[in-house]
Amino acid sequence: MIRDLAFQFAQMLLVLGLSPLLTGLVRKVKARLLRRKGPPLLQPYRDLVRLLRKEVVLAESSSWLFRVIPYVVFAGTWVAAALVPTFRSGLLFSWTADLIAIIALLGSARFFLALAGMDVGTSFGGIGSSREVMIASLAEPAMLMIVFTLALIAGSTQLSAMAAFMNSPEVGLRVSLGLGMIALVMVAIAENARIPVDNPATHLELTMVHEAMVLEYSGRHLALIELSSYLKLLLYVSLIACLFAPWGITTANAEPAQLAIAVVAYIGKLAAGGVLLALFETSIAKMRVFRVPQFLGAALMLALLATLLRFVSRSF
Amino acid sequence: MMAAYALCGVAALLLLLPIAIVLGRSSHSSAVVYGASLIVALVLGIFALLTLFEHSGRVSSVSLPFGLPWLGAHFRIDALSAFFLVVVNLGGAAASLFALGYGQHEHAPQRVLPFYPVYLAAMNLVVLADDAFSFLVAWEFMSLTSWALVIAHHRDPENLRAGLVYLLMASFGTLALLLAFGLLASAGGDYTFEAMRATHLGPGLAALVLILVLIGTGSKAGLVPLHAWLPLAHPAAPSHVSALMSGVMTKLAVYAFVRIVFDLLGSPAWWWSLIVLALGGVTAVMGVLYALMQHDLKRLLAYHTVENIGIIFIGLGLALAFQAHGMPNAAALGLTAALLHVFNHSVFKSLLFFGSGAILSATGERDMEKLGGLIHRMPHTAVLVLIGCMAISALPPLNGFVSEWLTLQAILISPQLPSWGLKLMIPAVGATLALSAALAAACFVKVFGVSFLGRPRSPQAANAHEVERSSVVAMGVLAALCFLAGILPGLFIDALAPVTQALVNDSMPHQSSIAWLSIVPIAESRSSYNGLLVFAFILSSGMLAAYAIHRLASDKWRKGPAWDCGFPNADPVTQYTASSFAQPIRRVFGSVVFQAREIGEMPLPGSMAPAHLTVRLRDPIWDACYAPVAGIVSFLSERLNVLQFLTIRRYLSLVFALLVLLLLALAAWP
Repeated sequence: MIRDLAFQFAQMLLVLGLSPLLTGLVRKVKARLLRRKGPPLLQPYRDLVRLLRKEVVLAESSSWLFRVIPYVVFAGTWVAAALVPTFRSGLLFSWTADLIAIIALLGSARFFLALAGMDVGTSFGGIGSSREVMIASLAEPAMLMIVFTLALIAGSTQLSAMAAFMNSPEVGLRVSLGLGMIALVMVAIAENARIPVDNPATHLELTMVHEAMVLEYSGRHLALIELSSYLKLLLYVSLIACLFAPWGITTANAEPAQLAIAVVAYIGKLAAGGVLLALFETSIAKMRVFRVPQFLGAALMLALLATLLRFVSRSF
Repeated sequence: MMAAYALCGVAALLLLLPIAIVLGRSSHSSAVVYGASLIVALVLGIFALLTLFEHSGRVSSVSLPFGLPWLGAHFRIDALSAFFLVVVNLGGAAASLFALGYGQHEHAPQRVLPFYPVYLAAMNLVVLADDAFSFLVAWEFMSLTSWALVIAHHRDPENLRAGLVYLLMASFGTLALLLAFGLLASAGGDYTFEAMRATHLGPGLAALVLILVLIGTGSKAGLVPLHAWLPLAHPAAPSHVSALMSGVMTKLAVYAFVRIVFDLLGSPAWWWSLIVLALGGVTAVMGVLYALMQHDLKRLLAYHTVENIGIIFIGLGLALAFQAHGMPNAAALGLTAALLHVFNHSVFKSLLFFGSGAILSATGERDMEKLGGLIHRMPHTAVLVLIGCMAISALPPLNGFVSEWLTLQAILISPQLPSWGLKLMIPAVGATLALSAALAAACFVKVFGVSFLGRPRSPQAANAHEVERSSVVAMGVLAALCFLAGILPGLFIDALAPVTQALVNDSMPHQSSIAWLSIVPIAESRSSYNGLLVFAFILSSGMLAAYAIHRLASDKWRKGPAWDCGFPNADPVTQYTASSFAQPIRRVFGSVVFQAREIGEMPLPGSMAPAHLTVRLRDPIWDACYAPVAGIVSFLSERLNVLQFLTIRRYLSLVFALLVLLLLALAAWP
């Protein structure tokens, strides 16, 4: 029991500690691909520390909700990230929320962030919120259909059970699994506001979605929001890794040596995910906002097709 | 015995009718009527709750010598009616409590007060009735009293139109139910529910009953395409009555459907569920899309009722499918999900309608484009409405999520169903469910963000004030229930066990004995959810973060003008409005569903005239179903109009011709 509790906390701290590094890695690789030197890998940590020390400037028309939302968003995202198996499945609290509940937790975080965009009563906040919910209204159903596909293959919506199943030889190559993976990657790109859906590094406000929504935040509030978006990126990479590359994830009663290998494998998977994301982002142009529904509609259709295949036949 | 007690409560409510008439316009009338309704509804509700918990499975009935002479009036309480009695009286008690404060603003109380207790009584009687005659009488009383409440503010021509459409649709629905009961009573002509349970109809007749029941209850519940009256009538009534109509009366339509299809009609055919699922899926998505296009707060909430009815019917359809294929365990899961959503929706929809009523009495506005910044002026209402918005958007750890999660779990067992139609239908329905949940969240960001956040868009919103204590308490109780049902869902699921046991002969595994109060629909290796721990985790990690940051980093803050990229504009009209917030979604979905067109008129260069943007939406269902009927009716009435202006000679010859025709028909009859 104590041991399990320790592992649960270790995972919570691990995701929190690693998430800025992952974002730093993506930024560094992108810069190198553009033949720039790029910021150091540890720059996101420095940014966070600097923001945390700064004073918060609140808009005159903002309400108490505006000050609470960063903590709510951070807590929701952190809890969700802590429930995704990273290096060890069967975490102590993995049964509190299955994959559907994790998606819904991220949905709660987004709900509040969109409210924060509306709180001050500026036009940029509104534009960000309204586009964010438009993107979410397609990304969320696509995500749920992916969950359906995976749950029907693994016979469970519990992530631990799913990871264990995916690690077993029973899985095999399936069409539905492939469709689900493509759809999941598309949804992950949209959910994390990456190119081609949104540009995390843009300087033109009219093209921003996520950044426009949090435009009024400053100081520690901004730090928490930034950290939540780092966590969300890490969560999606971990999710894809634990579902489609579950190698190395140990189970509840593993030797210390196995655990060490598992942690190394996890960090390797994160690095690979980050490099792939950077490669993808540099090789594609950002699309217009109203192209996004087509992109996400394709993800939704792929996921629906995958679910349908699972319903119709056991062997796909 | 229990049924007799319940009838005493109903009689007490009916007794309030003469009292309300006698008191008339006196200043105490609203306090007396609402206070008494509150007490009676509370007693009835607690009594029903005890019946559900203590006497699970026991049935009590009573028959009175009213009504048809050879039939009498039969009343009965079983687990299903006890559950719906709880829903009715919880909604009734909350609405009465809310109205204690809200009703004081009513400028014509004598148009509301006499009908209100009768409406509550009729809703109780619908649930208690145990024969077709009493059921239909109670059903009609419920329709007529609510119609009277809809046209309470009859000076507004829109309300009168709403009343007319409502009356037509309600009569149409009752006609369908009447025919359905006629078929159920079959040749024996025994209209008690007990006799109907004993007779088994052939497959053709049973299917006909199903269609009639879908029309009859669907027109009351607001199933697409029979929903047209609902967004007109629900907002027209005073807000506490809107809450009852949306939160409770639509649930009674669900009760009637469950009572007839699951209880009276006998074992279902597999393809029935196809119809129910398809209707549920279409209703869920269309309801939320309509809602997103609205900027009238109460109408938006009414459209959301349509969406939630769709979700409930998806659960019922799944239960039917499982029952038809002999999977009682899964049927119990689907039915529990649907009934839990009935309860949840009645709670959070009443809460949200109370919130809209509070806004209405504080600002006099229903139009969200004229609100804004109310969180500063109405802090208590704002928090409580925020909880309602989270619950209806199915966000954990609140109650809306639990019932939708259970529905999704029921969908995940459905590949085991053997029939191909269902295999193709259920994934599509699952996608519509997911889509409607995501769109609902978008819609309630709009509701809360536009009306409570930002800056006031009108002087009324800027000068709003918090509402009366009793109204806040009523909303607070419902918000607490949303929260309780979200973090301790096991208790609520267990309370539904006797209901599903009676209807599908199985119930979900006992939940409150599971460690940590998780809910586990089938097996822990398949899926589990624990609202309590999720809430505890979010709370503790949020507090931890706040504490650590305030302690170790900085806790300084100051106020300044908004940043807005360096161009802050003091004019509140520069904010995003409800229509502009919905514009991306209107463009993505509305251009297909509503043929939305945006027509922009730009003035010539140099001209100082304002630019105009007009948005045109078409209602596809009104155009396809209602406009042709209205067209045919007016076409026929215009043709038949000549008959009013004939000479007496012509009338006589018409009568003679008809007589000859009838005689000929009689002669030709074999």
